[in-house]
Amino acid sequence: MVTIETPRSPRSRKHAQWEKWGWLYMRYSGAVLLILIFGHIVINLLSGEGIKQIDFAFVAGKWASPFWQVYDVLMLWLALIHGTNGMRTIVNDYTERETVRKALNYTLWIVCGLLIVLGTLVCVTFDPCIDQAMRASLEVCKG
Amino acid sequence: MPTKPAGTLYRGKTGMWSWVLHRITGVAIFFFLLVHTLDTALVRVSPEAYNAVINTYKTPIIGLAELGLVAALLFHGLNGVRVMLIDFWRKGSKYQNVMFWIVIGIAFILFLGFAPRHLMHVFG
Ligand code: HEM
Repeated sequence: MVTIETPRSPRSRKHAQWEKWGWLYMRYSGAVLLILIFGHIVINLLSGEGIKQIDFAFVAGKWASPFWQVYDVLMLWLALIHGTNGMRTIVNDYTERETVRKALNYTLWIVCGLLIVLGTLVCVTFDPCIDQAMRASLEVCKG
Repeated sequence: MPTKPAGTLYRGKTGMWSWVLHRITGVAIFFFLLVHTLDTALVRVSPEAYNAVINTYKTPIIGLAELGLVAALLFHGLNGVRVMLIDFWRKGSKYQNVMFWIVIGIAFILFLGFAPRHLMHVFG
């Protein structure tokens, strides 16, 4: 039996505050993500050769500029936290047992954290010189 | 004795269906993002590994699935703006129904702009 909380059911002030920040985050991050994701699709899938142009050299070209590194890392953080917090809402809606709910939510945030660390490291430690063709042509690889 | 149907919180109409669609598209985009973060991480492994995986994105079947992904993003993103207007704009809830159809309309137009170009890239 699922019980739905009444608005007056007890909840600590701190918890309510925390939920409010989550609620606000979904909206502010959504507004920024709208611009970042639509921009990402226009640059990567609409312009030039679209999906056919995507390869190691394409990524290397983009990440040669700090602008696109910041852009992509920001998009990664905002989207993963937005998506994970949204999934948490859904888990809270549909799970009936507290242990299941907790287990799913912990899993979500652990996966979110790992992917944020992985994605950020990949972007900031990116090295175009691991590619043979780049090693021959790029000035930065010759030093 | 016929039994009455159980009470429900689901109220139908655009208010409910926009929420259902927002939820389904949100989950779909979330799982794509998990995969997409991992496939992009291969640029740190080797150019060959990255290119091999990204080439599967250029096949007809995945190419068509990308249309679905973009459609889901268009709806979720634009409906997200509708949700924000309902929450923050004084007249938002009054116009939620017409805003739903505006969201569908804009998403449809943007999709028609995207789809032919993308299909040309995939099949051209
Ligand atoms: C394109 C820009 C985006 C906008 C404008 C946006 C907007 C929103 C908003 C305002 C909500 C809160 C809905 C509510 O509280 O009723 C939401 C929920 C959600 N979003 Fe997004 N979002 C965007 C991108 C994404 C992305 C990239 C993901 C996946 C990684 C995602 C996954 C979700 C999920 C799972 C929910 C929870 C749905 C629910 O509770 O029913 N969204 N989004």
